[in-house]
Amino acid sequence: MRILRAIFGHGSGRIGGAIVCVYLLIAVLGLLGLTPHNPITQYRIDRLHAPSATYWMGTDLFGRDVASRLMAGIGQSFTVAFFSVAFATLAGTVLGLAAAWLGRRWDGVVMRVMDVLLAFPAILLALLIVTVAGPGTWTSVVAIGIVYTPIFTRVVRGPALSLKAREFVDAARTFGSSSSYIVTRHLLLNLVAPLTVQVTLALAWALLTEAGLSFLGLGTQPPAASLGLMLSDSRNLMETAPWLMIFPGLAIMISILGFNLLGDALRDILDPRMRRAFA
Amino acid sequence: MNYLLRRLATFPLVLLGVSILVFVAIRMVPGDSITAMLGTEAGLLTPAQRDALAAYFGIDQPWFIQYWRWIGGIAHGNFGISVTYGRPVLDVILERFPLTLELALLSMIIALAVGMPAGIHAATHNEKPSDLGVRIVAMIGQSTPSFVLGLLIIYTLSAGFGVLPAMGEFAPLWQDPLRNLSQLILPAITLGFAFAASVTRIARSAMLDVLSDDYVRTARSKGASARSVIWRHALPNALIPVVTLSGIEFGYLLGGAVIVEQIYALPGLGRMVLDAILQRDYALVQGAVLFIAFNFMIVNLLVDLAYVALDPRIRLGEQ
Repeated sequence: MRILRAIFGHGSGRIGGAIVCVYLLIAVLGLLGLTPHNPITQYRIDRLHAPSATYWMGTDLFGRDVASRLMAGIGQSFTVAFFSVAFATLAGTVLGLAAAWLGRRWDGVVMRVMDVLLAFPAILLALLIVTVAGPGTWTSVVAIGIVYTPIFTRVVRGPALSLKAREFVDAARTFGSSSSYIVTRHLLLNLVAPLTVQVTLALAWALLTEAGLSFLGLGTQPPAASLGLMLSDSRNLMETAPWLMIFPGLAIMISILGFNLLGDALRDILDPRMRRAFA
Repeated sequence: MNYLLRRLATFPLVLLGVSILVFVAIRMVPGDSITAMLGTEAGLLTPAQRDALAAYFGIDQPWFIQYWRWIGGIAHGNFGISVTYGRPVLDVILERFPLTLELALLSMIIALAVGMPAGIHAATHNEKPSDLGVRIVAMIGQSTPSFVLGLLIIYTLSAGFGVLPAMGEFAPLWQDPLRNLSQLILPAITLGFAFAASVTRIARSAMLDVLSDDYVRTARSKGASARSVIWRHALPNALIPVVTLSGIEFGYLLGGAVIVEQIYALPGLGRMVLDAILQRDYALVQGAVLFIAFNFMIVNLLVDLAYVALDPRIRLGEQ
């Protein structure tokens, strides 16, 4: 509640929060199928119809309603982004805590594996994983999740190492607290702030990567709607039907903007030392 | 020096990990490279012909022998033969690399040329309308995916001015510099826009930090001019985070900008790797990924060394 109030009182937090809330609502409506038209129904007689009262954002080459596809696409993109970031957060937190707490050989092994993953450009690693497992929603979730796991591992391991050396952890050990208790209660709880900021920013990257994969034809598969796929399909019709490019392009951009603004606000609120650094 | 040696010592280990990962991953892609290479014609091959082709590309052996041969070959500078191109992998990579390198350099030049002055201006006009303007544009820039911007640029050019970006066969820099630049400038702007936005934000915040430091206050109180305070005293220290960010971004760009290359039909490393993955060109994917990872690690090392050059107080490896 305190955080919500702080976000509301923060300039970019207010704008970012409002954008994210609107998108969440659209995503839920899109996933529930509560769209103006059926996103995959083809109204052949109305092919490439410009935006109008019936088709708010026009129709595509197959006569499908762009606004409905956009809503379904936002639902799809947000599903992939949320699950992949949840995957990366969980895997990264477990690996980062294990590396920091167990130290020595474990730390070395975990961090070298993360170095290997980080040496791959994100989109290429995601491409490789998607090609191995075959394109699809859940493959995208796993691929994007694996790509961002090293970042979360690093975000957790660094502060966990310094927390491990603090007096209160020594005290907890002296009082006979078990390792799992110290790790979950003393380390993890103190990592909630940096993790929250990271999660918000990672959601923006995940949306970007999902759109990129779909743009290359390796994410969501047609006839299902996805923002990247819609943009990719618009390429050859740019001049005759610019709405096919403009609406999905703006939708991707504004969603990423929302998460970036919210992430910046959370960083200011949760970590005042960083306030200046990324203002 | 010790730090440099220790960092270099981790290179083989990370590259070994990358090589194993990519070797295993590409072999898990369903289908085989001979069918991918020949398409429907693969069905016309007799078993003996298929075996002969597999033996030629060395993919008839068990995986551990293939891996051993591959690694042994790399030690002698032989990255294998590309199934798609029928030529040595290293030749194919080195043919594509100049474009990728040029595109990465151009994007970085655009990013620094726009981002640094904008960031410094915003920091020295903190909380003024122009600062707010720079921050808003930078935030929008950072949130604009390269493929959205790329399509917008192409659309604006074609709808507004009736021109299309120079595509067609790519002209290398040393053959036709003008045509080369006309082909690369729009992709470079597309990639450089978000990059410039990040540079602006980081330059602004670093300058703000430095400008409130004691030594800058001392310089001001000694009567140093505003220009001298910014350029001589503040800027060198504010450069460190900019160098870090630019280095990391540049390192990633050297891996190829697959989507922007796709939009502008550029034959760079990124598209080559994408096509190689789709074609199951094992040797080319393996070689290219290793090459990209190596470049990325070298750039990261250079960034670390640049810290020391910019700030002699930093002793690498002791943090």
